[in-house]
Amino acid sequence: MPSITRGFRRREPGGDESRLPPGQHLVAGFPVLSAGPTPHTPTEAWSFTLDGEIDEARRWTWDEFRALPAEPVRCDIHCVTSWSKLDTEWEGVSLDTLLDEVETEAPYITAWCDGGYTTNLPIEDITDGRAWLAYAYDGRPLEPEHGGPVRLLVPHLYLWKSAKWVRGITLRPDDEPGFWESLGYHQRGDPWQEQRYWGD
Amino acid sequence: MADVRAETPRARTLTFDLPGWPGHRAGQHVDVRLTAEDGYRAQRSYSIASPPGASRLELTVERLDDGEVSPWLADEARPGDEIELRGPIGGYFVWEPARGGPLLLVAGGSGLVPLMAIERHRRAVAPEVASTVLVSARGPEDLLYAGELEGAAVVTYTRTRPEGWTGYARRVDEAMLAEAGPPPEARPRCFVCGPTSFVEVVAEALVALGHHRALIKTERFGATGG
Repeated sequence: MPSITRGFRRREPGGDESRLPPGQHLVAGFPVLSAGPTPHTPTEAWSFTLDGEIDEARRWTWDEFRALPAEPVRCDIHCVTSWSKLDTEWEGVSLDTLLDEVETEAPYITAWCDGGYTTNLPIEDITDGRAWLAYAYDGRPLEPEHGGPVRLLVPHLYLWKSAKWVRGITLRPDDEPGFWESLGYHQRGDPWQEQRYWGD
Repeated sequence: MADVRAETPRARTLTFDLPGWPGHRAGQHVDVRLTAEDGYRAQRSYSIASPPGASRLELTVERLDDGEVSPWLADEARPGDEIELRGPIGGYFVWEPARGGPLLLVAGGSGLVPLMAIERHRRAVAPEVASTVLVSARGPEDLLYAGELEGAAVVTYTRTRPEGWTGYARRVDEAMLAEAGPPPEARPRCFVCGPTSFVEVVAEALVALGHHRALIKTERFGATGG
């Protein structure tokens, strides 16, 4: 039973908290919490690569990527630093669309990005309609501060798994901890089990 | 909570006795969780101000007017109060002497807190490592740790200035970073902390000046500090 904090009471009027995972709160803005300078990759220089444990590596240029079938995505997003936003609107290409073109039995993936960021995921977490490569947010092209031109979007996990500035996914036989996963953050990051840090 | 002391009209340093605290690295933070009588809980992150090795843990908290947790910490908390703390957290925005120098520490407002932990750590265990502390504050009443930084930091005031001020009086830009900080050839370890818009401008400016991206670490305050 947590101790009661003397003199503390709620200030914000309650929002739709039934949709918030434990320990999260709603914010109005869209915080930016990157660990280094923001990469700026022009679309002419951008490509996306799928490689590793697959039959043949695939690569899409920006034009090829944008010619793929895409869909609107409305989802709640939850950051490990405890803020959440509900009903955010994106546009993106489902990872299923890209993975349908390859044959693989790899159980894990590493997403890698401009600027050196990486994150690891079991392949089930990015298939069956659970993940997208998102290029637009709120009706506009995704800004570099929020991961543009393209970021991974995996809304059922903490937002650090939604790797910004993503340039490729490598399919792997092993689960290789990515950037934050190597620095004390949980390997999987399920907000509903409050898997924030190692040992949670 | 063992002690409370005012830093500015809007900020206080809270000192905690934490038996069993495992120790921390300069630049890390803690998650603070408060629980109201009706069971309502709120948690936010706050940077640790005290350096590793200090006998007590210190947090410096600035009140955000529309904050949920900072008003209680900055205005209400008193010695003897108990709160829940989790940490230390953060493995990237940290410095210890093994990571080398020189250091370029650039702070916007309360972004100075983790940088002060780094600077205090440097002074205590590696004073031979050169550092430049550049702080942007709205006005003299907003400058944290003013006494401790006297003569040892470059300050720029963006809104109001003390009488007779001859120092910088504008937002941090490339020219200021070039004048105040070490050149890229010195390969300074750059730590930038503050509101995200401030950090974005400073990080871009450092890259434009030729500082290597891998040597620039940023910590941005979004809505998490409320």
